[in-house]
Amino acid sequence: MAVKESEKVFEQEGQNFNSMVPGSTAKKLRTCIIWQFIRFVAINIKMIIVVSKSH
Amino acid sequence: MARLVVLGGGVSGHTTATFAAKWLGSGHEVVVVTPNAKWNWIPSNIWVGVGQMTKENVTFDLAPVYAKAGINYKQAKAVSINPEGSESSGKPFVSIEYTEAGKEGVTENIEYDYLVNATGPKLNFGATPGLGEGSQLGEHTVSVCTADHAVHASHELFKCIEKMKKGERQKFLIGTGHGMCTCQGAAFEYIFNIEHELNKAGVRDMADLQWISNEAALGDFGMGSLHMSAMGYVVNSRIFTESLFTERNVKWIIGAHVNRVESKKVHYELLDGSYGEESFDFAMLIPPFAGVGIKAYSKDGSDITDTVFAPNGFMKVDANYAAGDYANWKASDWPSTYQNPKYGNLFAAGIAFAPPHPISKPRVTPNGTPITPTPPRTGMPSGIIGKAVAHSICDLITKGENAPLHHASMAHMGAACVASTGKGFADGTAAAMTVYPVVPDFDKYPGTGRDTDYTFGEIGLAGHWIKHILHHLFIWKAKLKFGWTLIPE
Ligand SMILES: Cc1cc2nc3c(=O)[nH]c(=O)nc-3n(C[C@H](O)[C@H](O)[C@H](O)COP(=O)(O)OP(=O)(O)OC[C@H]3O[C@@H](n4cnc5c(N)ncnc54)[C@H](O)[C@@H]3O)c2cc1C
Repeated sequence: MAVKESEKVFEQEGQNFNSMVPGSTAKKLRTCIIWQFIRFVAINIKMIIVVSKSH
Repeated sequence: MARLVVLGGGVSGHTTATFAAKWLGSGHEVVVVTPNAKWNWIPSNIWVGVGQMTKENVTFDLAPVYAKAGINYKQAKAVSINPEGSESSGKPFVSIEYTEAGKEGVTENIEYDYLVNATGPKLNFGATPGLGEGSQLGEHTVSVCTADHAVHASHELFKCIEKMKKGERQKFLIGTGHGMCTCQGAAFEYIFNIEHELNKAGVRDMADLQWISNEAALGDFGMGSLHMSAMGYVVNSRIFTESLFTERNVKWIIGAHVNRVESKKVHYELLDGSYGEESFDFAMLIPPFAGVGIKAYSKDGSDITDTVFAPNGFMKVDANYAAGDYANWKASDWPSTYQNPKYGNLFAAGIAFAPPHPISKPRVTPNGTPITPTPPRTGMPSGIIGKAVAHSICDLITKGENAPLHHASMAHMGAACVASTGKGFADGTAAAMTVYPVVPDFDKYPGTGRDTDYTFGEIGLAGHWIKHILHHLFIWKAKLKFGWTLIPE
């Protein structure tokens, strides 16, 4: 079976074998403009809360 | 009429001076002593270092801004402080040496009623043989700590890209250049921005990317790592950081004290006491930070530098410097007013204050070499501290010397950080994080030391948009343009 694109980076004997990696959907969502616009709003709200707790 | 002198026109000192000038009005004088003619939005130096921004994009002239604010600006560096004055005058003063073109080396004593030391770090390249001399970068590696360094770094990067295009494999070594460094976040941003640019240039397959840092685990960032709430889990930053390194095919060496740099090679010692070396074609290693080396003298001229400053050159403030071992460390050790314990009219803000101890667990190799990330004091805490100090001093001036001081402890303050992992309107990404509080408080939050309702992180394009917007917002604010006071630190 062909190795999935996101799993090509693993080295069986290497330091990264126990790491988690994002699958293709998670990776696509990172630069999906619509999803990221929603995240933009959400992250800003979270940041504003932390900033206002800190001043 | 009182005079406030602010040493350092960086993130913290600029905040102190501009708010103090606004709040005090023309009835009192604010003086800024800073050696550079330009203000630099340092976080965007990363983008200068990969050729995605120019020096002009991240700097602007200070003189017109200070003229507009009614601030007396002296392009000079502070050399010493006489907090008790001299035998001929009881008035405290600071001795400065001009760096302004045409006036270089001219000295002056400036009397003050209140003094804020916001001189940031000395980039202590000289601490590692081969990394540089004193605060000067050496010839073997590059840096992104100043805008000029970053311009040089981008030129060296382009040379490597050209070589790769011609079929020559290149190795990039990025991280920290000493066992006691802080600012791992900047190196983290730089390695992933390089990786992003190499992909864009179509030469990623010709590059080996290697991280080297003094963190005991990836994701420590000098904050003893952080636990975040994500996907219904509480997850340590190590998991996310290792994931990103794996995904982007970056190898890592951690727990490393770089002890010597040569042409195309570093030597290091690891936490287990073993030694190693790593070759490179291009290296960016963050230097350790120290205080800028200001001296202090008593009324009779004797040297009292060790009364005012800690051995690392940072200024002593209202922190608990006697906490002792790691097991005794408490969030309450961290300062909150930033007032010098001996001289009440002396304050320190931003990186210039001496932290009581690291945040990350201190570690020593079997050979006795300490390898411990020192605590970060990033932009948001530096700005908030600068503003709190301005508030305190304005109250002391206008309400009298018994006015209560304002507090801004890093143990009660959060930080929003956005770490770029590649620039681009549609293909850029950044890790957007909040951490609350910056210094973990295991008494208040016994599990992770932090409130996981307010400590989160995620990577994506939205983070990049936020980072880019913040670049413009903070430069707008620093230029004191319309509505600047409404933009939070
Ligand atoms: C490459 C890089 C990227 C970074 N990215 C981020 C980021 O993304 N987010 C974030 O929050 N933080 C980031 N930081 C950290 C941030 O830049 C610092 O937290 C902030 O600059 C600290 O402010 P400061 O005023 O204490 O010091 P500085 O901003 O360094 O200011 C110190 C000032 O004092 C002046 N000075 C020095 N010596 C003297 C003297 N003898 N007399 C008078 N003045 C003197 C200096 O010229 C300078 O103007 C980054 C740092 C680096 C190096």
